[in-house]
Amino acid sequence: MKYPYFPGCTLYTKAKKLDDAGRECSLKLGFELEELPDWTCCGATFPLVNDQHITMSGPTRILADTKDQGNDKLVTLCSVCFNVLKRTNNVMLNDEERRAKITDFIERDYHGEVEVLHYLQLLRDEIGFETLKEKVVKPLTGLKVACYYGCLLLRPVKEIGLDVMENPTIFEDFIRALGGEPVEFPYKVECCGAFQAVHSMDTATRCSRDILRSAKNNGADVVITTCPLCQFNLDDRQPEIQKSDTAFSSIPVVYFTQLLALALDLSADDLGFERNLIDPLPLLKEKGIVA
Amino acid sequence: MGEIVELTGLKDGEPVTCACALGDLSDFESVPVDRRVMVIGGGITGITSAIDLGNAGYQVMLVDRLPSVGGRMLQLSETFPTLDCAQCTLTPRTVESGQHPKVTLKTSCEVEELKGEPGDYRVRIRQKVTYVDWNKCTGCGTCIQKCPSQGVSLFERDAGRMTAIYTLSPQAVPNKPLIDVDRCRYLQLGKCGVCAKSCPVGAIDYEQEESFFEAQVGAIIVATGFDIYDWKNKMPEYGGGQITDVIDGLTMERYLSASGPTAGAVVRPSDGKVVKEIVFIQCVGSRNPEFHKSYCSRVCCMYTAKHARLYKHKVHDGQVYVFYIDIRSTGKGYEQFIQQSVSEEEIVYVRGRAARIYQEGEKIIVQGSDTLSGRKIEIAADMVVVAAAMVPNEGAQELADILGIKCNDDGFFLEDNYKLSPIETGGDGIYIAGCCQGIKDIADSSAQGSAAASKVQVFLSSVRRQNQEAV
Repeated sequence: MKYPYFPGCTLYTKAKKLDDAGRECSLKLGFELEELPDWTCCGATFPLVNDQHITMSGPTRILADTKDQGNDKLVTLCSVCFNVLKRTNNVMLNDEERRAKITDFIERDYHGEVEVLHYLQLLRDEIGFETLKEKVVKPLTGLKVACYYGCLLLRPVKEIGLDVMENPTIFEDFIRALGGEPVEFPYKVECCGAFQAVHSMDTATRCSRDILRSAKNNGADVVITTCPLCQFNLDDRQPEIQKSDTAFSSIPVVYFTQLLALALDLSADDLGFERNLIDPLPLLKEKGIVA
Repeated sequence: MGEIVELTGLKDGEPVTCACALGDLSDFESVPVDRRVMVIGGGITGITSAIDLGNAGYQVMLVDRLPSVGGRMLQLSETFPTLDCAQCTLTPRTVESGQHPKVTLKTSCEVEELKGEPGDYRVRIRQKVTYVDWNKCTGCGTCIQKCPSQGVSLFERDAGRMTAIYTLSPQAVPNKPLIDVDRCRYLQLGKCGVCAKSCPVGAIDYEQEESFFEAQVGAIIVATGFDIYDWKNKMPEYGGGQITDVIDGLTMERYLSASGPTAGAVVRPSDGKVVKEIVFIQCVGSRNPEFHKSYCSRVCCMYTAKHARLYKHKVHDGQVYVFYIDIRSTGKGYEQFIQQSVSEEEIVYVRGRAARIYQEGEKIIVQGSDTLSGRKIEIAADMVVVAAAMVPNEGAQELADILGIKCNDDGFFLEDNYKLSPIETGGDGIYIAGCCQGIKDIADSSAQGSAAASKVQVFLSSVRRQNQEAV
């Protein structure tokens, strides 16, 4: 089974480890991610004003390409790309006036025919967590995982509809399928600081600190995320957090596909753990997940 | 038709017992149809309608699906703005409805079907199984004392427990118990039978089956009241019912009530410790058109202020925070009540919504915003009370379908004209009153109860005149 796949720019650069692991795992799970040819930037933010159409022309073109190549689904791994593509598709599907403006401008015929899927959603709805569980070779036994959702994977819930907004469970179900132990923590859908990191580093540090503290207080060994920006904030802010709070001990923040790859017995050497600021390998070795 | 029969009524010196108002339909049927009225719902609204009509000489059947009348008001502690005891105010009226010679109580009953026409309706009623022969039962309560099976109380909500054979409250009218089939050991497992053995009059009947009867009435008043929005399942951000010390306003009433399970002490449900810091959150599920109910539930501002004050009266060194959007206190003396709460009781009003509630150790952390100072705030509380939205009672839509009443999008019964005929429905002879029509406080509910009673009298006298003219 082949799924057209939109990696997005960050997964080609800083978040390469999210992408590599995702693709490798798909083969183990019996499907293939086929990279959409000639893809462009997704736009990176969905416009929050109704009359701003130009930023939607990029994602619309991507969706129209997907359709023209005979596909009705498009898979993404990055929360940001997923959010922008999914919401743009909703506009194409439901808002006749805005659709006409954008498709006229880019001279394409598109009516929202493509279903935008997040990789996690694909695992749940198309592969099934039960099947995933059967394919697990090295279960993540004893690993306590804080499943951090962030915002873009879930919100706005009426447009995204991946899971409930305030207490989602898809990530926890995923970790259970891998044999790990999800820990409940109240900050799992709180803001990581997002783009505040650009102009107010203090705010981003504070947001990340609260999330990581909450995860640790509830017994987590590791935090997982789907979003390159969340991973960046939560991982890279930790030295800063330690400066103001000496009692704070670091916790690794990894992509969900990295844990998936370990559970499917892919080599830890190929998973880009060296690019994590807080090295997860000592923990994974201690837990016997990595030799 | 048209013949006017001598009305039966209370004769001087004739003893009136509760039992005569129960069950026996001969009094009810001895008057012509255009002197008979059915009231559906035995809360403060329905009771008011029933007593008013009874006093005017009409024969009334008061139907309630619960085993006793009194409705939501009986669960309340004290009532705003005067802080008088709800039970003390209401119990004389529930007792009156039970003893009134013109009022027949039909509790544990539900309306199944409506036939006939205005002025001559035939209503099919289902008498639910109680497993107790109420004609034999004297209401002595021995069975309740002996019952070994316990569970969460319907009346005390999360605050208290009740036995499998129960009356809703100690002031129940009629004061006759019934068995909750799901909790009864005998009915579930075939072992126990303690209530049957202890009953001095042999009233327990495990073989009882539901029955049906038909009542012929001239007019119907519907006063089915409200329920609390399902915040536990619909609002995971407030703990989704998983945090024991986050309760709703109606449960708080039971904690504050002197006749409640804690005898009025405000303690944590989880460990029974006295609550020293308490957070109230208003508009939980109300005024939230995107995800929950778009309307204002009207009474939460007032009852939250009341809760806060009653709490301060009990825990003098306790600290109270109230999250509010704005304060709606439009009744007589209501605004003064709020002002007094803020200035004299040192209650901290925080203008903003609470975003999230979670447990951390023993404390409940409430995250919210103070929109006046523009800051995000966090309060570590012992207990949180959410003023959850009020919604039409469960089953209101089904009853509306049976009676041909229209509902609005939120499920409240639709009146003929909101301003000029708020009691009337589209159909002649069927009237609505109280919270089933829209959320209102006790004062407005009893006013509508009386209004409905008077509308019924106007309607039935016109029916009677037409009948006479036809003759």
